[in-house]
Amino acid sequence: MTSASEHLDPALRVEALASLLAERGLIDEATVETFIKTYEQSVGPMNGAKVVAKAWTDPEYRARLLADGTAAIAELGFKGPQGEHIVVLENTPTVHHVVVCTLCSCYPWPVLGLPPSWYKDPAYRSRVVREPRQVLREFGLDLDDGVEIHVHDSSSEVRYMVLPERPAGTEDYSEAELADLVTRDAMVGVAQAAIP
Amino acid sequence: MDGIHDVGGMQGFGHVPELTDAPPFAEPWEGKAFVIGALAARISGTNLHAFRHAIERVPPPEYLVGYWNRWMIGAQIMMQDSGIVTDAEVRARAARLSGRDVPEPPLPTPNKPQMQSGGAGNLRSRDTPHAFAVGDRVRVTSVGATGHTRLPRYVRARTGTVTALQPCQVFPDSAAHFAGENPQHCYTVDFDSRELWGPDAEPFHLSLDLFEPYLEPVT
Repeated sequence: MTSASEHLDPALRVEALASLLAERGLIDEATVETFIKTYEQSVGPMNGAKVVAKAWTDPEYRARLLADGTAAIAELGFKGPQGEHIVVLENTPTVHHVVVCTLCSCYPWPVLGLPPSWYKDPAYRSRVVREPRQVLREFGLDLDDGVEIHVHDSSSEVRYMVLPERPAGTEDYSEAELADLVTRDAMVGVAQAAIP
Repeated sequence: MDGIHDVGGMQGFGHVPELTDAPPFAEPWEGKAFVIGALAARISGTNLHAFRHAIERVPPPEYLVGYWNRWMIGAQIMMQDSGIVTDAEVRARAARLSGRDVPEPPLPTPNKPQMQSGGAGNLRSRDTPHAFAVGDRVRVTSVGATGHTRLPRYVRARTGTVTALQPCQVFPDSAAHFAGENPQHCYTVDFDSRELWGPDAEPFHLSLDLFEPYLEPVT
């Protein structure tokens, strides 16, 4: 046995805790598997990409999305934990939005799934509220000086998703083709949607 | 609390990591950790705010080990508080799983908190009118909480402008300690970067969603 302050290998801690909880009838293997599968396969940035592609091709949907993100996103069937109230932020040629949670890792699960590791990293969380232009540059996004940056720190249950600008030269793209251009990074605001 | 979790504006963490398309769980244990954390509030009879506060109480060296490690330890802390498991039990079980024959410690005494829930989720209503309107200048309180709060250190005592009214919500500072839902109005407050970081700061806007008790009128 180890003392209470000694670091326990996380994989071993999980096994120990899971075994105690299973013994007490508090979790079961099937539930665990279902949860993991859901967030590995069904709930992820492909949902948000569909929302963005629809907003790019349907002006009325875009208006509804910007007026009431939660309702417009639910029209496509996306709702659930960490999506009680979603606000959609529209990037334009002159305003660029970027989202963070400095206190933990709040993130709009129904449209983006679970947050990527960089979003949860102290380097991103600490710096993007202090030097966002420099942080975006490190990520490979060099914005013109004339672009105004808005950083949103997710400090309540409101969740934010960025509506990126539609890339030029995509006039003939179908909605499905457009969705393929929309990345998770663009919907957090650390990248732009682009033709690969 | 002024803990390790409140990293906004801290310096010294270095270059941001690379953007990757990696799946949510790099290793199988991480997926299992996620599920245990996701179910921990239900298992312990607590709530999302208590879970966040438990993660805030993870010792700083463990907090910085990595995300799923702190998530997991936070879940364990909350389950310890509710008398679901003890740390000694977890460590003994870990030892037994590693092939060491150590005795199993006694079971804890159940200690689930009693707090009435106003229903699913965190959006609520409140009878009192909003204290602030869009366009109002507001000053953030200079006083930090010793318990859970959603007021980051870096905006304390700073002045900003209300740019939107957000839905009234369960007040995390109360609910995390099972002192009732105490719903509060919530405001998006926009700050000029120079108000936060001085005259040489990069020019940008920063906004947060702040609960009414965190705010004071600017007269």
